[in-house]
Amino acid sequence: MPQILIRRFNRAGKSQISIFNDKNSMSGLTLENIDKNFGSVVAVCDVNLLLPDGQFVCFLGPSGCGKTTLLRLIAGLEKPSRGRILLDEEDITHIPAHKRNFGMVFQSLALFPHLTVGENVTYSLRVRKTGKTARRQRARELLDLVKLSGLIDRHISQLSGGQRQRVAMARALAIEPRLFLLDEPLSALDAKLREDMQLELRMLQQRLAVTTILVTHDQREAMTMSDLVVVMGPDNRVHQMGSPLEIYRNPADTFVADFIGTSNLLDGTCSGPRDVTVGGARLEISEMPDGMIPDTKVTVSVRPEEVHVLPGTEEGANRLHGSVSFVRDVGSSVEIYLDCNGLQIVSQSTPKGRPAVRQGDQATAVLPASACVVLRS
Amino acid sequence: MIGEKPKGLRAHLTLTYPALMLGIFFIVPFGLMAAVSFFHRQPGGFYIPGFELTNYKNLYTALFGRTLVFSLFVAGLSAAVCVSIGFPFTYFITRMKRRAQVVWLVLLMSVLSLSEVIVGFAWSLLLSRTAGLSNLFVWLGLMERAVAWYPGFMALLFGICYLAFPYTVLVLYPPLSRLDPALPEAAQTLGASPIRTFFTVVVGSLRNAIVAAFVMVFVFTLGAYLLPQILGRPRHWTLSVLITDAAIYQTNMPLSAAMAIFFMFVSLVLVALTMMIGKRKRIKTV
Repeated sequence: MPQILIRRFNRAGKSQISIFNDKNSMSGLTLENIDKNFGSVVAVCDVNLLLPDGQFVCFLGPSGCGKTTLLRLIAGLEKPSRGRILLDEEDITHIPAHKRNFGMVFQSLALFPHLTVGENVTYSLRVRKTGKTARRQRARELLDLVKLSGLIDRHISQLSGGQRQRVAMARALAIEPRLFLLDEPLSALDAKLREDMQLELRMLQQRLAVTTILVTHDQREAMTMSDLVVVMGPDNRVHQMGSPLEIYRNPADTFVADFIGTSNLLDGTCSGPRDVTVGGARLEISEMPDGMIPDTKVTVSVRPEEVHVLPGTEEGANRLHGSVSFVRDVGSSVEIYLDCNGLQIVSQSTPKGRPAVRQGDQATAVLPASACVVLRS
Repeated sequence: MIGEKPKGLRAHLTLTYPALMLGIFFIVPFGLMAAVSFFHRQPGGFYIPGFELTNYKNLYTALFGRTLVFSLFVAGLSAAVCVSIGFPFTYFITRMKRRAQVVWLVLLMSVLSLSEVIVGFAWSLLLSRTAGLSNLFVWLGLMERAVAWYPGFMALLFGICYLAFPYTVLVLYPPLSRLDPALPEAAQTLGASPIRTFFTVVVGSLRNAIVAAFVMVFVFTLGAYLLPQILGRPRHWTLSVLITDAAIYQTNMPLSAAMAIFFMFVSLVLVALTMMIGKRKRIKTV
């Protein structure tokens, strides 16, 4: 498992390959064989990750997949049941949270209600016995950074949701943390503000070049912001790690293909070194995974926007025939649902490239060889 | 109907019952007592209606002053003891599993089912020389010989705190169990040790609840009447004892009423001051 993940990562973040080829530096966060159980409940199962320095990493998965637990393990708020956590080769598994120097933004934000904005932001400096003047100076800098200048003496209850968000971030960044951890901090904001904050957070992270881990269940959020996405599944394991685009284009399994965006998942059988039979039709595949022998049951994943629909029945490879069961036109895009002998195929196109078909028409779905990703069933 | 204020006579009818009860059982007796405190005392008899300040002037004695100060001191001290033990205690209860929390709360509640008389005599027995806990310590080899821990100030304080402690926990439990568990965690990720977290974040963010619990125990303890007589020496008797003494044994109703009114007035001023201090602290940090 570790090898697979590292390989995947290398393929994804080409600029980082040098880091891994260089034997001297394993700079970054390493999770080794991490398990976490709460009684008989498994929260995190056999996680092996290598998160390089300075990257924006998203832990993405459905609720209950253990992504928050994984973040809390990294923060030191939970102890792993098994495995080690290393930061730049130093074992930090048993270092308590208050000695790790990581900044964390909680889902509830956890701002101290009895302190002002300035006191909240510089709480970590007060704990470290920094002088009052220096604290106030730093509070000003941080509030400038998150665009809250002038609110230093406000009370937390006088702030709006977005402002609280920024205070929480400023507070977590006050000690210049080695890791910046965020646990779904944007989930409580309305859609518009959330998108603004995503962009702002990303720019902030790039400016400070701090290694950042964001937990989210929103795949759009993960895709927008991150250098690396770690996809976790309902079995509490890591399913895939890679750049957003790689994960989208090359999902490692059916779960990832289904969870990230929408995907046509077609059951089929392997019929040759580069052939899969789906619903009686032969599909040519440009890249077949290793170890596929004929008659292996597989699932072919094709993104809707890669599927072309042609009117009428056209013979040939990578073509499935069926009738149009539904056309959804939402203005910016058109979705066409084809029923190919019980196989449901969705195609998405722009209004310009809209195929000339209507509900009930016979049509052909073209699945290009390069767009078909073969996954083990 | 939600959000609308009830209008008309019919809507207010529901209020008449509680208002009536409050009037009959609280305002009228209090008014009577306030009136009596200005009446003229008939030596050997009862009192005759009138208006004079003699009763209040008669309060100006060393005994009354000393007892008043002592009563306030005992109430303040026991409130401080109860809150300073009860707060961390309640905090740890709220961090327990649900089941364990219920067990602890039921245990505490069961203390409330005991009568003050039983509690008082039980402790007088447990703190006595002849049959008390010190005999157990002697048997265990922790002490040389049995001693009497009662009557005395510590025995009195102990008894009062024993009675007031469950109330302290009950007042502190709701705000503490509502405390966002992420608050102490956030403090830890920011570098605060667990002890520092407790004082700066848990205590800090619940200052209002602490002041409320303090005031509650303070007021509750001010009325202590039985325990000072069972567990304390005569010099540990509180104002309630003095008031009862004046009313029943000296049949001086006007004086005891004046004492009660004056006592209440002083307590109210103190409670208001405590609350103001609690508030001002909050404003200062703004």
